[in-house]
Amino acid sequence: MRIRESFTPWRRRVVDPLVADLRAALSVDRVRIDGAERALMARDASVFAGGVAGPTCFPVSTAEVQAIMGIAAAHGRAIVPRGAGTGLAGGAIPLGAPIVVSTGKMNRILEVDTANRVAWVEPGVINLDLTTHLTPVGFHFAPDPSSQSVCTLGGNVANNSGGPHCLAYGVTDAHVLAVEVVSADGEVLMLGGLDAEPAGLDLRGAFVGGEGTLGIATRIAVRLTKNAPAVRTLLLSFATVRDAAETVSAIIAAGIVPAALEVMDQRITVAVENFVGAGYPTDAAAVLLAEVEGLAAGVDIDAARIDEIGRANGATGVRLAGTEHERALLWKGRKTAFGAIAQLAPDYYLHDTVVPRSALADVLEQVYEIAERHDLVVMNVFHAGDGNLHPLLLFDAREEGTLERVHAAGAEIVRASLAAGGVLSGEHGIGVEKQRFMGELFTDDDLDHQARLRHAFDPACRANPGKVLPSGHSCADIQALHEVPTGVWG
Amino acid sequence: MTAPQITDEVLVAFADEVGPVGPVAAVGARTRWSTGGPSADGTRLVTAPHGIVAHSASEMTVQVRAGTTVAELEAALAEQGQRTALPDRGGTVGGAVAVGENGLDLLGRGRLRDAVLQIRYVSAEGRLVTAGGPVVKNVTGFNLTKLLTGSLGTLGLFVELILRTNPIPAAQRWSAATGVDPVAVFDALYRPASVLWDGTTTWVHLEGHGPDIDAESAVLAGLGDFTEVEGPPALPPHRWSSTPAAAAMADGGATGTFVASIGVGTVFAEKPPPPSPVPATGVAVRVKQNFDPTGRLNPGRRPGG
Ligand SMILES: Cc1cc2nc3c(=O)[nH]c(=O)nc-3n(C[C@H](O)[C@H](O)[C@H](O)COP(=O)(O)OP(=O)(O)OC[C@H]3O[C@@H](n4cnc5c(N)ncnc54)[C@H](O)[C@@H]3O)c2cc1C
Repeated sequence: MRIRESFTPWRRRVVDPLVADLRAALSVDRVRIDGAERALMARDASVFAGGVAGPTCFPVSTAEVQAIMGIAAAHGRAIVPRGAGTGLAGGAIPLGAPIVVSTGKMNRILEVDTANRVAWVEPGVINLDLTTHLTPVGFHFAPDPSSQSVCTLGGNVANNSGGPHCLAYGVTDAHVLAVEVVSADGEVLMLGGLDAEPAGLDLRGAFVGGEGTLGIATRIAVRLTKNAPAVRTLLLSFATVRDAAETVSAIIAAGIVPAALEVMDQRITVAVENFVGAGYPTDAAAVLLAEVEGLAAGVDIDAARIDEIGRANGATGVRLAGTEHERALLWKGRKTAFGAIAQLAPDYYLHDTVVPRSALADVLEQVYEIAERHDLVVMNVFHAGDGNLHPLLLFDAREEGTLERVHAAGAEIVRASLAAGGVLSGEHGIGVEKQRFMGELFTDDDLDHQARLRHAFDPACRANPGKVLPSGHSCADIQALHEVPTGVWG
Repeated sequence: MTAPQITDEVLVAFADEVGPVGPVAAVGARTRWSTGGPSADGTRLVTAPHGIVAHSASEMTVQVRAGTTVAELEAALAEQGQRTALPDRGGTVGGAVAVGENGLDLLGRGRLRDAVLQIRYVSAEGRLVTAGGPVVKNVTGFNLTKLLTGSLGTLGLFVELILRTNPIPAAQRWSAATGVDPVAVFDALYRPASVLWDGTTTWVHLEGHGPDIDAESAVLAGLGDFTEVEGPPALPPHRWSSTPAAAAMADGGATGTFVASIGVGTVFAEKPPPPSPVPATGVAVRVKQNFDPTGRLNPGRRPGG
């Protein structure tokens, strides 16, 4: 979004009092109001139209975040926390011209404490940077979203993000011991703790997944996971997507909980192969990437059983990655799936719902049918072990009426997932994307209780208003400004 | 389209019993009835319904009424080769989740709070509310199940839960040795289910595939004179919560006779812990006010107190 005013030099001299206060608290260069910056902050990685960003602040300390909160309150303005902006549900989109609080300059790994198996980090640390940092001491941070080379730990905490390896290890929530939070009224809270069972209500747990509406995380204590001594990665090919999905259920039913169970359908596999040449078969209707981790003998036992179960469920081929190189390539293929899509169509909409594992095959069939009916190309790449679907709809937003068809198909996919006993989101969150479906999963009483939690953290609705809860609930309704209010910013 | 209201008669009847007025608390088997302080006089006691509603091994979930005993649930799951993260301390499922304590084998079974997928509870207004969802991965809306786990029934009275289940490992072995460094033992093993230490003896619980247990036992043999034992030692009655590093330095001075959970931080001790400094943040106070404006839910009890 282009803000013409800010390009006009003579207007800049009339500094808005809000901006003046922020600059006095931080520094002139760390409070940006130029059009380019605000255009960047107006959106995230989702397909949703941008909002309007207020001044963007780059604090470097908890004290500065606290100062920003105080100034926001004094000026009656909202704030929106922002990490890398890779969110897919619009969580970081600024609504109501809030102050954007970027954690981009809070990116230090503060301490690695192996005696307590914990690392203290600032929220702007990139997910993969932490794991890379931990490699020499034999640990890693278990949640590994496909975006891990760019997304921040603060964003992971706010969205309770997942990744392929969360099947065995749990999503972000299970790996956060404590969070220092600057609440919307400017208080610094320490939620959770490093001790075994911190006293009082689990406000730490309540904060995780709060999508930036419960305050700003300024320091995070994350759990370190020991690197497994042995790992086996199998690639199973199938003649139908149903066979792949049923194999997933059969593996779990057999008492094996692999580290990861990921499925890709033929269309996405072909795209990945053309993109990175990872060694996936392009003639299979679906491939299942199964990884088991642990001690040497056990991983061989599990790998052999997965092989057996796969063949019993119609696998047309089973391959064990023979070398670390081969394994790394397979994962590179899986994790760059979205990059591969960019080669095929100018835009894509990545959905995120969860269904019971037993419903995977049926819901997938419906997904293909829905896409076809709306004349759209759909590809499926998903965390099958968790029942977490990720249908990807390809489109070209420049073609008139396409985005409407995409949204219509998306709504049907969401409803098919709910009808199968599933939920709205497994890892991307609600943001602005799925608010309107919340009332289809939760009753008014349920939503009212969620609002009570949100209110306890932020009685004045100052943190990231307009997200998560549907219209009609507190903090949900906000004027989504599409233009800069006059008189703001010179 | 709107979400269907709960029509299950058992749940509706419990909500009616709790009703919208008067001090009320849910009582389970009273195994941890004094946790968080004494219940206020004049509190009406209700008992949550009982029974396993559904278990699916391939979903790794179980739906169970809050009044079901942990023992009954575990016995039924074991028939299907599964178990939960509930502590093996007796009592009811609802009570165990309301207290929120972890089991001794939490490094193997996981933390209880991570296993609670959905809680249906009766609110202070006497309404049935659903927190969370029925599937194993879910970020739909705010994380209410976390807030409720360990809330001691002060925010709502649990009536039915959906918990994550896990396969029971193929094999398991407890072994013990004296005169070894428990932290060195913990660090040398890949993922022990439990390492306990009383200042003299170190107990190790290994779980997994038989050959893996043999390999880990060989690692143990290199560290000390470990012999196979029946199970964990008898645990002193009180529960201290410290960091893993601090638990490994316990000396019995403050705690009396103790058994420390290495790598976790729980210390089971002869003496009760000092009152915990429950952080009196405005948020915690507002949570209680917002969920229970008249203070009728389990008055007298305080989570973590
Ligand atoms: C190609 C691609 C692949 C992806 N793959 C996955 C995947 O596998 N699994 C998965 O779970 N997600 C995935 N995502 C989604 C996204 O990367 C995650 O949600 C990620 O955690 C967002 O981090 P971020 O730093 O980009 O946060 P942002 O997008 O900047 O913000 C996300 C939310 O967090 C809030 N927030 C950010 N920082 C803070 C803070 N310090 N305190 C409080 N609130 C804060 C924001 O207000 C916003 O609501 C993917 C996205 C892309 C583009």
